Amino acid sequence: MPDTILMPAGHVRLGSNAGQPMTRRDGIAKVTGAATYAADNRPDRLLYAVYASAGIARGRVAKLDVDTARAHPGVVEVYTPENRPALEQDPDEKFHMFAWRTEALQNDSVRYANQPVALVVAETLEAATEGARLLSPEYEEQPARIGFDNGEIYEPGSTGIGGAVTFSKGDIEAGRKAAVRTTETHIDTPLQYHNAMEPHAAVAEWDGDLLTLDCPNQALVMARDMFAKYFGIPGENITLRSPYLGGGFGSKAIPIGPYILAILAARELDRPVKIALRRDQMFGPVGHRGGTRQVVKLGTNADGQLTALEHNATSTTSSFDEFIEGAGNASHNLYASPAISTAHKGVRMDTGTPGPMRAPGEASGSAALECAMDEAAEAAGLDPLEFRLRNYSETDPASGKPFSSKALRECYAEGAKRFGWATRPLEPGTMRDENGHLVGWGVGTSLFPAPMFQALATATLRADGTATVATGGVDMGQGAWTALAQIAADGLGLPAERVEFLAGTSLQPDGGVAGGSGHTATAGGALFAAGSDAIRQLAELATNDPDSPLFGAGNAGVEARDGRLCAADDDSRSEAYEDILARAGLTALEGSGTGGRDPSIGEQWAMFSHGAVFAEVKVDPELYQIRVTRLVGAFAAGRIINPKLAQSQLTGGMIWGLSSALHEEGIHDLRSGRLVNGDFAGYHIPVNADAPSVEALLIDEEDPYVNTLGVKGVGELGITGTVGAIANAVWHATGTRVRSFPIHISALLK
Amino acid sequence: MPLSISLTVNGDRHDVPLEDARATLLDVLRERIGLTGTKKGCDRGQCGACTVLVDGRRVNSCLSLAMSMDGADVTTIEGLAQGEDLHPVQAAFIEHDGFQCGYCTPGQIMSAVGLIAEGEAGDDPERIREGMSGNLCRCAAYPGITAAVIDAQRRMAEAEDERKRA
Repeated sequence: MPDTILMPAGHVRLGSNAGQPMTRRDGIAKVTGAATYAADNRPDRLLYAVYASAGIARGRVAKLDVDTARAHPGVVEVYTPENRPALEQDPDEKFHMFAWRTEALQNDSVRYANQPVALVVAETLEAATEGARLLSPEYEEQPARIGFDNGEIYEPGSTGIGGAVTFSKGDIEAGRKAAVRTTETHIDTPLQYHNAMEPHAAVAEWDGDLLTLDCPNQALVMARDMFAKYFGIPGENITLRSPYLGGGFGSKAIPIGPYILAILAARELDRPVKIALRRDQMFGPVGHRGGTRQVVKLGTNADGQLTALEHNATSTTSSFDEFIEGAGNASHNLYASPAISTAHKGVRMDTGTPGPMRAPGEASGSAALECAMDEAAEAAGLDPLEFRLRNYSETDPASGKPFSSKALRECYAEGAKRFGWATRPLEPGTMRDENGHLVGWGVGTSLFPAPMFQALATATLRADGTATVATGGVDMGQGAWTALAQIAADGLGLPAERVEFLAGTSLQPDGGVAGGSGHTATAGGALFAAGSDAIRQLAELATNDPDSPLFGAGNAGVEARDGRLCAADDDSRSEAYEDILARAGLTALEGSGTGGRDPSIGEQWAMFSHGAVFAEVKVDPELYQIRVTRLVGAFAAGRIINPKLAQSQLTGGMIWGLSSALHEEGIHDLRSGRLVNGDFAGYHIPVNADAPSVEALLIDEEDPYVNTLGVKGVGELGITGTVGAIANAVWHATGTRVRSFPIHISALLK
Repeated sequence: MPLSISLTVNGDRHDVPLEDARATLLDVLRERIGLTGTKKGCDRGQCGACTVLVDGRRVNSCLSLAMSMDGADVTTIEGLAQGEDLHPVQAAFIEHDGFQCGYCTPGQIMSAVGLIAEGEAGDDPERIREGMSGNLCRCAAYPGITAAVIDAQRRMAEAEDERKRA
């Protein structure tokens, strides 16, 4: 892919800053402790709020010892359903497609363990914590419905947010009949909890009916407007500040009960209030990934090609709202099959409502699909990579549309080469290392859509040749501040150091949602368009000014480079931005831009990022302890704005895959309905020593259709493919097929 | 019983009246002294985000009662750089992209500084990974963290050698 391309709009090029492995712009702030996360704010007269968590999973709160809590030194106020001030928005009403029902003390019911049942506000954190403990709730408890076999199974209204519940293409019955072999793979995946390192937190301060809210958030303007509804004020009255998020992973986009209560307390008490969830409270009102029970049935012909692909999933949701992990949808767009059928059911349980968690649907669905593909390859007597290549889709299997770009073949080839796949024996259980450990190699394919949302941006060129760009974009660790600034600088034809980049608050133009792996494409598109707009105006000035060396060059005849407009066909004719502005008597010039996708693009093209992940595991032949000793991923995701940051996103995603494969699961006590491992001692995520060798290769991919920038996304891609690759490697080491995640030692004991 | 402790934090002495004996070192640093670089990830010693050096030793400040720290010499993330000059571990974390969201980073860096001072891991990646495994990173920036610690350790060892030769 060329480093520099001329954009259709003329004037500006993408590639001077974009494409460079720049270090993070927020690096110094993050390594010195200067980066301020929400809970780091300490306004004067600050009060601390702690909520009391429900200790049962279903029933009602019969009694709270409010008097004792109130009497504790330092406690200022205790809110319960009896005295909670009114809200303008019912927390049990779904008033927005991204709003989930939440608990803000609207009544005394308990619908899952760890939901808020009271809020204690105090002069110190210690007093608030003790006050919450002293409430000593008593309950009227009902039997908890937890586990696939104990909840009501029902037909859901959608998967994810507005996704289809069922899908079919071709004649599944005919496909089954045409098969010479069929396999049926059953996979269970557990409830998973986002557990960003930064617990959800908010600091709320009112000034009359103006609210300043420091709160980690992935969708600033949308969330601002949702918060405003609860308090009956215009969205503009709220300044939502989220310059740094300590991780989001999908859990930090929408208002939740604890935030609403803290904001309410701040208004009632006329003092700023801080709330920071405890780690155990991160297993409650902040969403999670629903568990799934999946069945994948594959039919293959004598050539090892799929004749039928069926993928059905039952996904857990709460008793009172719906978010269905759309696992079956992972089978729509990857492998070629004349017949595809997917369907979902829901199962209602007494947990909080699930929500989008990094690769929602794709992560769990890919795990099952990749395991199933491996079983089908084994049945066909084929190498699993060869089997995947035989089922390579040249057009989108679901829609038949062409892919806007698809360098998956190159991903397979480069990844396999780097990993050393060619020497893999077909039979399982045949490789041992020098210590006698069983060694297995597995492969999985990564796939993630390349969506775009809506975003706005402005770009202001100043008389001194510097610029300021603004969009309410969000950096939750993916590197948006850096990558977006690179794009913005190219949009203005300026070196990055001459561009001031403003983001991270609701005061800036709506930067859209940091989610769905679409933020760089969307907010980046808006920034690039805003810069181009400013440069277009600058070119108008120069080419119409007889005193400019560019006079008469015509608007399309100039390019912006390094702070100068240059005649496209004659390098000797050029002029600095500051000279053009000075002669025009302007102190500044402002451009604006939008990011988004014309729906007609989606009608023409299927747009996905792809990848191939290769895993090596070593299994102790006596203890069956499993170690992932190597992961190699090769990924194609269109234009890569910053390879250094993209690699970090991808390796981070792959380690999330490792976590799904071997570590994390929410375990509920079926009798009480309470989580038994709601902390980092029990809810395992990988530590450094669990991921000794993880490598992401970036495969060149030019995509002229996906958007102006040619950018897809890398935030979620790395999880997909990895879970299955590890499970398949475990089979290759041990001969045991994985039926549920995470893979326990007990599953391998013979 | 009114209590008071004296802490030296990053070279500055702080006399902290402790009206509440339940306060942890972490909460005293963050909420009373106002050094918020040290982060709270779990408040029970399971994640390492709150790692600081106490008398040169890395500890989880969330598990340390402030009362028991009277007279301690504490180094936090804010005390590592010398003015504009980053500590070699800080610089290496930026260079090797040893973080994403940055929330666990102060703890990772303090832990790395402690690990290098302990002198047990050297530049052996496996021992560094083990030695850094008390610090969780949900973004999973582990490959960069390990590379950063190896790099910083080498640079610091080289600088030390040069100092000795001089």
